[in-house]
Amino acid sequence: MRSRLALRDLVDECVASLLARPGRAVLTVLGTVVGVAALVATLGLSKTAGNQIVGRFDELAATNIVVTPKSRTPGGVTFDVLPWDAERRLSRLDGVVASGTLSDVPTKGQLVRSAPINDPQGQTQFQLPVKAASPGLFRAVRVKLSTGRLLDAGYSTRADRVVVLGPSAAKRLNVTRVDNQPAIYIGDRLYVVVGILSGVERQLSLLESVIIPEGTAEREFGLTAPGSVQVETRIGAATVIAGELPLALNPSDTNALKVTAPPEPRRAREGVQSDLDSLFLLLGGVSLLVGAIGIANVTLVSVLERVGEIGLRRALGAARRHIASQFLVESTALGLVGGIVGAVVGTLVVVTVAATRTWTPVLEPWVPVGAPLLGGIVGLVSGLYPSARAAALEPVEALRSAI
Amino acid sequence: MIAEPLRDTATQVIDKPDDRTVVELAGVSRTFGEDPPVHALSAVDLTIWPGEWLSIVGPSGSGKSTLLNIIGLLDRQTGGTYLFDGVDVAALDDLARAGLRGQRIGFVFQAFHLLPHRSVLENVMIAELYTGSPRRGRKERAHSALERVGLTDRADFSPTKLSGGQQQRAAIARALIGEPSLLLCDEPTGNLDSHNAEGVLDLFAQLSDDGLTLAVITHDHDVASRSDRRVRIVDSVLHEMEA
Repeated sequence: MRSRLALRDLVDECVASLLARPGRAVLTVLGTVVGVAALVATLGLSKTAGNQIVGRFDELAATNIVVTPKSRTPGGVTFDVLPWDAERRLSRLDGVVASGTLSDVPTKGQLVRSAPINDPQGQTQFQLPVKAASPGLFRAVRVKLSTGRLLDAGYSTRADRVVVLGPSAAKRLNVTRVDNQPAIYIGDRLYVVVGILSGVERQLSLLESVIIPEGTAEREFGLTAPGSVQVETRIGAATVIAGELPLALNPSDTNALKVTAPPEPRRAREGVQSDLDSLFLLLGGVSLLVGAIGIANVTLVSVLERVGEIGLRRALGAARRHIASQFLVESTALGLVGGIVGAVVGTLVVVTVAATRTWTPVLEPWVPVGAPLLGGIVGLVSGLYPSARAAALEPVEALRSAI
Repeated sequence: MIAEPLRDTATQVIDKPDDRTVVELAGVSRTFGEDPPVHALSAVDLTIWPGEWLSIVGPSGSGKSTLLNIIGLLDRQTGGTYLFDGVDVAALDDLARAGLRGQRIGFVFQAFHLLPHRSVLENVMIAELYTGSPRRGRKERAHSALERVGLTDRADFSPTKLSGGQQQRAAIARALIGEPSLLLCDEPTGNLDSHNAEGVLDLFAQLSDDGLTLAVITHDHDVASRSDRRVRIVDSVLHEMEA
């Protein structure tokens, strides 16, 4: 005997009411669409941009590891702990793209000069750094060769007196070509220039250096051990490789090595995002609040317009709770639809922006799932006051209004 | 709840007035406000018997609408007792009163109160939303209600496309779908021209012949003259009128 309302009937009534004024429903939903879309787009874009910023400096920095002997006391002496065959040992590690040793050659103040030409005005002797490199180093630091050839294992084994010049060093020594076999002096010994570099991506000091084979440095200058090991890893492998390096290079005392690895990429990513996210989220939240006020406003107007209808429904046996539930479901449905459309629009914005910048769009999976729910909650909350007003109407009063 | 009286016993019921009543008001009064109280109804005694067509007439402001609201369970009396279908409605809570209203009382309003965005058929079906009637067969029941008022061919029209008389017929069909114990009409011809009003009154006569109980509030004596019995309210006091 008591009044009741089936859920399906309730939903049907709400859908019919909303479809009866489609233009208004669309305009009402618009606020929530904008709010949710802004939220989804900002979350997605900050994620995408953050990923992109990291991705840009990743490429070079995040794949580079440098190993040097650790000094036991600050600024103190270092010991010869790096092995000559570091390159061969590291080639066995999965994730290492290239590796090589690089050492400062103890020239004891010997100057570098080109073949003597009689130029009383120009300077002919220079204090240039002399470095010793293993064959794999050139790949590990990504050099570009201008002319000639790089130092291979043969030169090192035979301790040939050959050099490769960095571009600045070549310019100062006035060496421009290698096909005529130019020679330079380091101290009073003659070295043949076999190659000239045009550029280098890591270890920029190589640009102005004179590079000789390791074997030559060992015999001519008494180099006792490599000064550093340069490693290029595959993207994402740096952290793992950095952990393995000490064991591979100096298993007897892993603490003797100082491994300079790129920072954990995740931490860099978080740092970028927390700044962007808080600003963008605030923006999205404000738009959503505006959307909520829009729904509340329109639902309230709708209640006032439909006073006659409310009276009729009461006369037809609707209890207060049925009137309240109808307006609550209507506003929730509006919010839900707004949330769904907003999630779609926001996702499209992220994808479009990412596509125009040739970025990879990144979106947390809970964002497109949670956005419609958020819209529904916004609609539900917005409908609370109007539906309470509708339920409070006295049927006698309500029936005085025409429909 | 007790079942509605069978149609074929309606005449007998009138012959035996002490048997059962649809509406029984005893000393019902309704006052509004406190200081000073306004007496909209004063000690009204009224009985509506099953199957009869009652007219309640009176000038505007006499308390007609207040009486209708109390009979229709839209308002509560402040004094006296009201039995609807033998049940004392003062003891019922809001949900039960709403249930009784939806299932046992059909309302017909002066302004029709049809939802403009729904078809005539849907407007009729709305009357079953809150009564617990099953969804199955609702459309058929609505169609047969429209058939009773002669509007079958307008079922899929928008109410705004109908004449006033047709709109009031649609509203009557909506009131009939739940097989009510009482059809409560508030100035049903107030918005109609004489021709359409005549048609609605013919429909009432037909429904009354079928055994339906009607209570019609009107200030129009032509309307009242068609009914079985007339009561008159003047200054919140109810009087029986001579036939």
